[in-house]
Amino acid sequence: MPDLVLKGKAIKLWDDISTDDIIPGRFAHLRSNLPELAKHVLEDAAPEFASRARALTAGCEGKAILVTGKNLGLGSSREHAPVVIKMSGVGAILAKSAARIFFRNAINQGVPVLLCDTDKIGDGDELEVNVTGGRIVNLTSGITLSCGKMPPIMSAILEEGGLIPYMQKHKDFVITG
Amino acid sequence: MGKTLAEKILSLKSHGEAEAGDVVIADVDLAFVQDTTGPLTIRQFKKSGFETLARPQQTIIFLDHAAPSPAQQLSNDHIFLRRFAGETGCPIYDVGEGICHQLVAENFANPGDVIVGADSHTVTAGALGAFATGMGSSDVAVALALGKTWFRVPESFLIELDGAFPRGVYAKDLILYLIGQIGADGANYRALEFGGEALAKMTMSQRLTIANMAVEAGAKVGLFPADKITRDFLREHDRGNKYKPLSADTGADYERVIPLNLSQLEPMLSLPHAVDKVRPVAQVKGVKIQQAFIGTCTNGRLEDLAVAAEILMGKKRHAGTRLLIAPGSRQVLIRALEKGYIESLIEAGAIILPPGCTACLGLHQGVLGDGEVCLSTANRNFKGRMGNPEAMIYLASPATAATSAIRGEITDPRDMI
Repeated sequence: MPDLVLKGKAIKLWDDISTDDIIPGRFAHLRSNLPELAKHVLEDAAPEFASRARALTAGCEGKAILVTGKNLGLGSSREHAPVVIKMSGVGAILAKSAARIFFRNAINQGVPVLLCDTDKIGDGDELEVNVTGGRIVNLTSGITLSCGKMPPIMSAILEEGGLIPYMQKHKDFVITG
Repeated sequence: MGKTLAEKILSLKSHGEAEAGDVVIADVDLAFVQDTTGPLTIRQFKKSGFETLARPQQTIIFLDHAAPSPAQQLSNDHIFLRRFAGETGCPIYDVGEGICHQLVAENFANPGDVIVGADSHTVTAGALGAFATGMGSSDVAVALALGKTWFRVPESFLIELDGAFPRGVYAKDLILYLIGQIGADGANYRALEFGGEALAKMTMSQRLTIANMAVEAGAKVGLFPADKITRDFLREHDRGNKYKPLSADTGADYERVIPLNLSQLEPMLSLPHAVDKVRPVAQVKGVKIQQAFIGTCTNGRLEDLAVAAEILMGKKRHAGTRLLIAPGSRQVLIRALEKGYIESLIEAGAIILPPGCTACLGLHQGVLGDGEVCLSTANRNFKGRMGNPEAMIYLASPATAATSAIRGEITDPRDMI
């Protein structure tokens, strides 16, 4: 299988973005209407995020890449958080660290999360993200960043596009070591 | 080599030798959803092609987050969840029964169980010695269908507790202090395991408060050993036969050992808008509050209401401060009525909310106005958490909330009790 590689522009945010920042609890009544819910992505915390992501993905420039500092997605287990990020046009997430439930949820939604030194990435930088190899080339600065490996089961889920497609195919957990 | 509690439970449930860092497939003893994560869980379950539950009697639906529903869409989500329960035969705890984590503690969690819930505060059941953790909807959907899930076996921190709580200091102060020390990501991916001599006198209610907030330090689980106090709690809840002693092995390998002396603690609180911005209450005294909120899966138990009622008995809330009280479950409400706590609280000017999550997550029953300040006994104070990003939330113990409600400003409970 060829390496999963994504190209796109960084939208850089900060440390400690909670799932309440990503999709506040007050919109819980929209959780069964995902297109409506997605309109409120990061509405209070980063009001410009949705329009920037839309602008980046409207043309042929590739996907938006969300880049944050530490402890991304702390808080609630709501899988709606990575869902609305994905729906806004984000193809990959880079962070210094990510809260564990959010990390797992994003992978389950087929959105790669790579942990790396995001201080080396500026807002608007052009990035090439090799998800399989855990390598990020910052095409703007020329710097290459490497990330830690995720457990093989997570890579396998990501390769299938998320946990649900994985289960549609395998019907069970298949650990390949 | 000795095993931590996390390694011990996951070894048993994965039918092998689980060591920190391993990835295992473990049997799931209980899987549950609530009303804001359940609809997506069920859609993911169906989309995967699953039709039946692996263990219908060990799958539970709780309607607690929007209870009773404040919006037609949420009412329709409730209908969807009730229909799924009807189709699959799983139990459902409908509106008014209480908060999922309180009901799991009262009715289901046992030492050595693996519990997954589509709610981050599933960690609460770690108080009973269960490996209980929050997951997203897709993961729980798969657990419902297969009766198992995958885990990376976490490294553990041992929090070694000794001493005794001084007057005015409670379990909430302890866990806030710990989170302030290690930070909101200080235990990310790790297990927090609690031990030490202080456990012998630590009630189940206190343990539940502490385990509940393990996730606010990023932890996967907050685990207590199962001991005499666990046994007594299980007996009181008609399942004494489910008790088995459980503790970490001597010589278990901990990534970090953090000693904590209860005697040296003082009342603590979290400043807006981060749980780990922790300060002694004494340093923040005098901040005016428009709302005090006592309840939630962190502090909505009988002991919490007893502390509040004792402080508020014969007194009145400040005219400028609304006082909201939400018992964690129907059983908590009934016992609090029997003991006279509810009467004392109502006479002091409190509003009694139905058992459930109520004001905690900003859907209903206590949404804050612009610039308002709430002193809450909940576990989260993120910006916008209680429905308004222009409001401010401080987190503290029920005693601090009760004394602050009387004075209308943040008050050190030791100044009044």
